[in-house]
Amino acid sequence: MATVTTSALEKEHLVHHDHVHEHDHDDHHETFVTKYIFSQDHKMISRQFLITAIVMGIVAMTMSIIFRMQLAWPGEKFAFINALLGDKWAKDGILDPNMYLALVTIHGTIMVFFVLTGGLSGTFSNLLIPYQIGARDMASGFLNMLSYWFFFISSAIMIASCFISDGPAAAGWTIYPPLSALPEAMPGSKLGMTMWLISMTIFVVSSLLGSLNYIVTIVNLRTKGMKMTRMPLTIWAFLITAILGVLSFPVLVSAVLLLIMDRSFGTSFYLSDIYIGGRPLDNVGGSPILFEHLFWFLGHPEVYIVLLPALGITSEVIATSSRKPIFGYRAMIGSMLAIGFLSFIVWGHHMFMTGMNPFLGSVFVFTTLLIAIPSAVKAFNYITTLWKGNIQYTPAMLFSIGLVSSFITGGVTGIILADSTLDINVHDTYFVVAHFHIVMGLSAIFGMFAGIYHWFPKLFLRMLNKKLGYVHFWLTFITAYGVFFPMHFLGLAGVPRRYYTNSNFPMFDNLVDIQQIVTVFAIIGALAQGVFLFNFFYSIFRGEKAPQNPWNSNTLEWTNPVAHIHGNWPGAIPHVERWAYDYSKPGAEKDFVPQTVPLQEGEHDGGGH
Amino acid sequence: MNFLVLFTIVLLIIAGHQLLRVIELSRGLKKTKEWQITDTDNNMMGKAMLIFMFLFFGFFIWQAARWNERVLPGAASVHGEKIDTLWDWNMYLCTFVFFVTNFFLFYFAYKYRGNKKTQATYFPHDNRLEMAWTIVPAIVLAFVIIFGLKYWNEITDEAKSANKITIELYAKQFAWTARYTGKDGKLGQTDYRQIGGSNSVGMDTSDIKGFDDMIVNNEFHIPVGREIEFFMRSRDVLHSAYMPHFRAQMNCVPGMVTTFKFIPTKTTAQMRKDPYVVKMIANINKVRLAKNKEPIEFDYLLMCNKICGQSHYNMQMSLIVDTEADYNAWIAKQKAFKIVTPKNIALK
Repeated sequence: MATVTTSALEKEHLVHHDHVHEHDHDDHHETFVTKYIFSQDHKMISRQFLITAIVMGIVAMTMSIIFRMQLAWPGEKFAFINALLGDKWAKDGILDPNMYLALVTIHGTIMVFFVLTGGLSGTFSNLLIPYQIGARDMASGFLNMLSYWFFFISSAIMIASCFISDGPAAAGWTIYPPLSALPEAMPGSKLGMTMWLISMTIFVVSSLLGSLNYIVTIVNLRTKGMKMTRMPLTIWAFLITAILGVLSFPVLVSAVLLLIMDRSFGTSFYLSDIYIGGRPLDNVGGSPILFEHLFWFLGHPEVYIVLLPALGITSEVIATSSRKPIFGYRAMIGSMLAIGFLSFIVWGHHMFMTGMNPFLGSVFVFTTLLIAIPSAVKAFNYITTLWKGNIQYTPAMLFSIGLVSSFITGGVTGIILADSTLDINVHDTYFVVAHFHIVMGLSAIFGMFAGIYHWFPKLFLRMLNKKLGYVHFWLTFITAYGVFFPMHFLGLAGVPRRYYTNSNFPMFDNLVDIQQIVTVFAIIGALAQGVFLFNFFYSIFRGEKAPQNPWNSNTLEWTNPVAHIHGNWPGAIPHVERWAYDYSKPGAEKDFVPQTVPLQEGEHDGGGH
Repeated sequence: MNFLVLFTIVLLIIAGHQLLRVIELSRGLKKTKEWQITDTDNNMMGKAMLIFMFLFFGFFIWQAARWNERVLPGAASVHGEKIDTLWDWNMYLCTFVFFVTNFFLFYFAYKYRGNKKTQATYFPHDNRLEMAWTIVPAIVLAFVIIFGLKYWNEITDEAKSANKITIELYAKQFAWTARYTGKDGKLGQTDYRQIGGSNSVGMDTSDIKGFDDMIVNNEFHIPVGREIEFFMRSRDVLHSAYMPHFRAQMNCVPGMVTTFKFIPTKTTAQMRKDPYVVKMIANINKVRLAKNKEPIEFDYLLMCNKICGQSHYNMQMSLIVDTEADYNAWIAKQKAFKIVTPKNIALK
């Protein structure tokens, strides 16, 4: 309805008018289906994404516990594994090697795409974009609804693929052909892989619908006074994430499409000179390296698609809880833009050992190490934000500090892996597993938890229990490092990843106790999530009622009433008069000045210079 | 019995429910809400951050001290020794950054834990600081890049020594084969369509260069001090030839030939006497003894390091580094490919 040329004021008037009208109308006609299922309201869609992601997260976490048990106690019989997987995949409670690979694959796929992409972006972009920029809803509520339902269908297909007779896809979450292309190569490359490919294609549709919506909403529907340089860093992060998604996910579809052609229609994009199942295949001229290029052209930006929203969330939480402006607001935006840009030209660092031309490898060494600079700037800026702060330890703040720690700890090993020379010996070992789980997995999931604890009052209008939050954080934080830190040493001992057992030949026999330490931490960490789940579901229904602005925050989402109303604000949308980070500003009455408070005479707007 | 378990569960649920009710009812009586952050909370969490830092650093040091004897022994190749040196310097850098930045993070988290009386300092930005921590990492990374690429270029350069030995590593689900050139120093062409029978690696039987090639299974030998040029091929899916003791790795890709080269510096016999390796193997044997497995001796290993299917975890081949004389004796015993293929006999 609003074109780009319409001024902000007219735009708001239009939207407002339109929605007030619609509002009266809707109150009478909202049915269970339109309110809870096919909802077009960003708040409901946000909750749908979150709960779906939590369910997917539980599945993926359970899978990791199963394969961790196998790695720590290979050949041991576990009744619960048999109970979960049945006699076919875990006879007498011993995990089948094919199922081991399948679990590793689906664990990775779910965590990366369904929890940390769909769950993180889907939940918080949907919740916060309209709230924080002062919009009635997303630019297109209908596309937003479709985005969730495509996500749901793709989740359902991925889960369903775990119940078919050949088992789900098992070629690793990167599904490199020919392993993924040839049904003769492994049972997981039969129907399971087809379902994986379909599921991911639908996932990309969901992601694109969501991302386009986020971009359009941020660009067009900001309230009066919400200049780009006044936007909270969350919104900047969601914007850059959405742009990365739009530019990179379609490349995954093309990779997937060519793989489908190779699998089902006899083409040879990725296949050449193969002899399998007792006969030579006709395919000639393709190259698996083409797939790797296409996959990582998405795959690397994907890392930042996962990470940036988490960094945006923590920027907001750290500033609010330190009662200080985020340090270097402009530098934070600049570094996110730099990370976003560079993330498109670093994919080759996943491919140093693939047979790709080594000269090409050196170019990627250069670009990859460049990306460490904006990342370092971000970490230093977070730390400086804490300096001379008045830190309020909400559970969200604890998780945010956890994120900064894991971002640093996992980030420094990136400097090693980005160096092709050093990558030679640790490529595809546990060193890599440690690196990316800490820098991407932990950071992103900590960011997601920070977001849930911080915005639970906006999501469900109630408060989470603080003490359970504290217990959850400390157990999670300690066990997370307990799981992933020892893996560096396994990598240094040369243990390859994705090995079903490390005791089939003697070389790694002295590492069994390290594997056991990892698994014990993993089990405790998984059980600790029970504390969160109880707190989460209990508080949805019976938590304390949320007040207007529990964290004394500046951003717009805390100005609307504690109710889920269609159109977000009952009256006119508030105007924005200043940046989002006037915490503890000298001369101000309280230690926070909401964005709606006009600038005093002679007062400078913090974000502006 | 089942009834009793069920009964207990029901009782527990009722007890839990009652407990929650009590907590919920007592909410109204308190002045501060449960979710509000008190000075006590801040104090406790701030201190916990500092304690965590010490535990975290302690855990790191404990692991480094305890597991340092389990990581791979020093490189057994010329370029590998350079990688090890570069690795050490990069690791010092990373460990330094890890300690310093985590220290400031957790120390500030402790030091500036909030209380009602103080106010935070308004400090939105400082260009000099931000410049400093953009430029310093940039300079440090420039060095990392320069040294990394210098070695990378050397390592990935062609094998040029006059007395190099060329070996093909051929991967298939789930085994390795090594192919040696004969006296001509050249590997014969291959054609995957000719795979079958004894022609397990797909030799092109019409290529005369291949007539003297030797195919070796289970265990292969290389001489110490000579440049070994590897060519890698795969029969079916991606594999990766990983020889960690030599700091060597390269994927095997169906449809193309990949390459890696190195010069081994220590024979298997020498490695078996290396004090670090002796200790490591002793530890392995201690674990094996406890599980009633036979003791082992050190061996170099070629492993598959790219997920390749069900038995990916069990795809290795031993590699023996011999003295020149031992190697010559071993290679003399290997049979040329043409002898074992009937088609070649006919050609002759």
